[in-house]
Amino acid sequence: MSKKIKSRNLDKYITYSFLILIFVISQLLVMTGVASNKFEGLLVPISVYVLLAVSLNLVVGFSGELSLGHAGFMCVGAYAGSLFSLLMQNVITVWWLRFPMAIIIGGLVAAVAGFLIGIPVLRLRGDYLAIVTLAFGEIIKNLFNNMYLAIDKNGVFFSMNASAYTKHAFDAATKQDLIKGAQGITGTPNDSNFVICFIVIMICVIALLNLIDSKTGRSIKAARDNRIAAEAMGIDVTKAKMTAFVIASFIAGMAGVLYSHNLRTLVASKFDYNLSILVLVFVVLGGMKNMRNVIIATIILYALPEALRALNDYRMLLYAIVLIVMMLLNNNDKFAAFKKKLSIKALIARFNTKGGVK
Amino acid sequence: MSFFSYFVSGISLGSIYALIALGYTMVYGIAKMLNFAHGDVIMIGGYVAFTAITTMQFPVWLSICISILACIILGVVIEKIAYKPLRNATPLAILITAIGVSYLLQNVALLIFGSAAKSFTSVVPKFSVELGGVSITGETIVTIAVAVLIVICLSIFINKTKSGRAMLAVSEDKGAAQLMGINVNSTISLTFAIGSGLAAVASVLLCSTYPQISPYTGAMPGIKAFTAAVFGGIGSIPGAMIGGVVLGIIESLSKAYISSELSDAIVFGVLIIVLLVRPTGLFGKKFNEKV
Repeated sequence: MSKKIKSRNLDKYITYSFLILIFVISQLLVMTGVASNKFEGLLVPISVYVLLAVSLNLVVGFSGELSLGHAGFMCVGAYAGSLFSLLMQNVITVWWLRFPMAIIIGGLVAAVAGFLIGIPVLRLRGDYLAIVTLAFGEIIKNLFNNMYLAIDKNGVFFSMNASAYTKHAFDAATKQDLIKGAQGITGTPNDSNFVICFIVIMICVIALLNLIDSKTGRSIKAARDNRIAAEAMGIDVTKAKMTAFVIASFIAGMAGVLYSHNLRTLVASKFDYNLSILVLVFVVLGGMKNMRNVIIATIILYALPEALRALNDYRMLLYAIVLIVMMLLNNNDKFAAFKKKLSIKALIARFNTKGGVK
Repeated sequence: MSFFSYFVSGISLGSIYALIALGYTMVYGIAKMLNFAHGDVIMIGGYVAFTAITTMQFPVWLSICISILACIILGVVIEKIAYKPLRNATPLAILITAIGVSYLLQNVALLIFGSAAKSFTSVVPKFSVELGGVSITGETIVTIAVAVLIVICLSIFINKTKSGRAMLAVSEDKGAAQLMGINVNSTISLTFAIGSGLAAVASVLLCSTYPQISPYTGAMPGIKAFTAAVFGGIGSIPGAMIGGVVLGIIESLSKAYISSELSDAIVFGVLIIVLLVRPTGLFGKKFNEKV
């Protein structure tokens, strides 16, 4: 038993050092000027996708429920964080004070959205749950796409109707557009950078890896493996699934804030079904269990088509094929046996039986 | 436009949803899987018809036949390659594969035809009927008539013929059906073939009513038709028809009287409410979980 815990801890530290190593290497590449501008520009988006992938992995891999509305929570977080930064831009002028607050607020608002949506959604199972999360994701995108929010000296204007916005008599001198329908939010301060992304990733990964091994994490996994058996053992299945869902929404919301503060304009149409699927592809290629593999899969799948121009036209096709082939291989007995033979654990076991390191 | 004309166009849209929903409901009833790629089979059917009519200048009837045939082949091939090896896998794996197939079809169409929407020539000869002071287009009449005809034929096929009853048996209990000498694999293939054939018909009607086609044509109607199938009760054929029509009317009226931008959100809201209040839908059967 203790040996198992030790190897699990070792695995955690490998993940942490792997993340730090990647961070140091890319920082060095940027600082020495070896890396191109394009590479530098990719660092924040990749970090955002890593956060999305690890949080979706908690829901799909560990909780066993397919959520197709992950982009929706990111959208909620992005809008909340951007609004906060926009309003506080002149109040809190120090960016390193304002931005962490924006990140936490974005995460919290997304977590509340996750909780509210989770109440009805988690009563459903399997295919129904998937399609309802998809529906919620589309509804969120649709609502933000039609939202108008502006302030002037007469107060706050809010409407879900474009014509009400154009007809409204604003005080031109003090008018400030916050959310402008399909044109979204403009003028968010560009506070995002790779260092802060890395810090957020590190905190999230440490929290997630410890959560998975905790009592809550074990009940999440038990509820996935056999709902009825877990219930019989006294586990509150709905609570376990809700915990995973809310934490995942929180992280997705933070990812949304990091994303929105890296752009000039934030539009809701970016957070569509395709984005949710993209994150799902990363999780699936990462094997849907191991956080480290999911991170590696995200980096490779996102960076590879960017690096090879020729591949870029076919990137969506590549993602689709990854989804199908991974599922077919995972459920193929011959491939499972082959993979078992190749795994590091099996190699170590073979080494041990030969009288090597004890 | 008056209330009545919105109502009629809602029925017409709903009839298209109903045809798509039939494919979902039959496959879900028999293979117990949500065929996410169904919406994209519709899109492929539309492109095949488009190519046959516009590029190759084939007559309309031949183009429709080619489209139906292409969709049937596509549906059966998808089932054989992607879904059959996963028949005993977890529902999560099957669902992810289905999403992968959907994504694949969309991107293949994107690579071949480009992302710009192409204008589709209506297959229905131009005519309109005056009814109660409102003119109803030929597309609307043909769509409703075809949908009703297909639902009647399909009900007869399933309840009266041998292979139709085999489908019912497989949907009830796969194992027992196999013991009774029913070839489960070919029954599932037949279901996919019928569902995809109906998808081709739906695609031609959809592209005639809204005369354009793009790689994303099938995605939204696909999800909405699934909503219709759930609304009517998964596995039920009259349920799919009624669910489709009701959903079409809701969409058409909410577009007219509430907000055209929010109509999608309203339709999805209906799905969520139905699943929470009555997950088995209007005509669905309730199954108790056994340990």
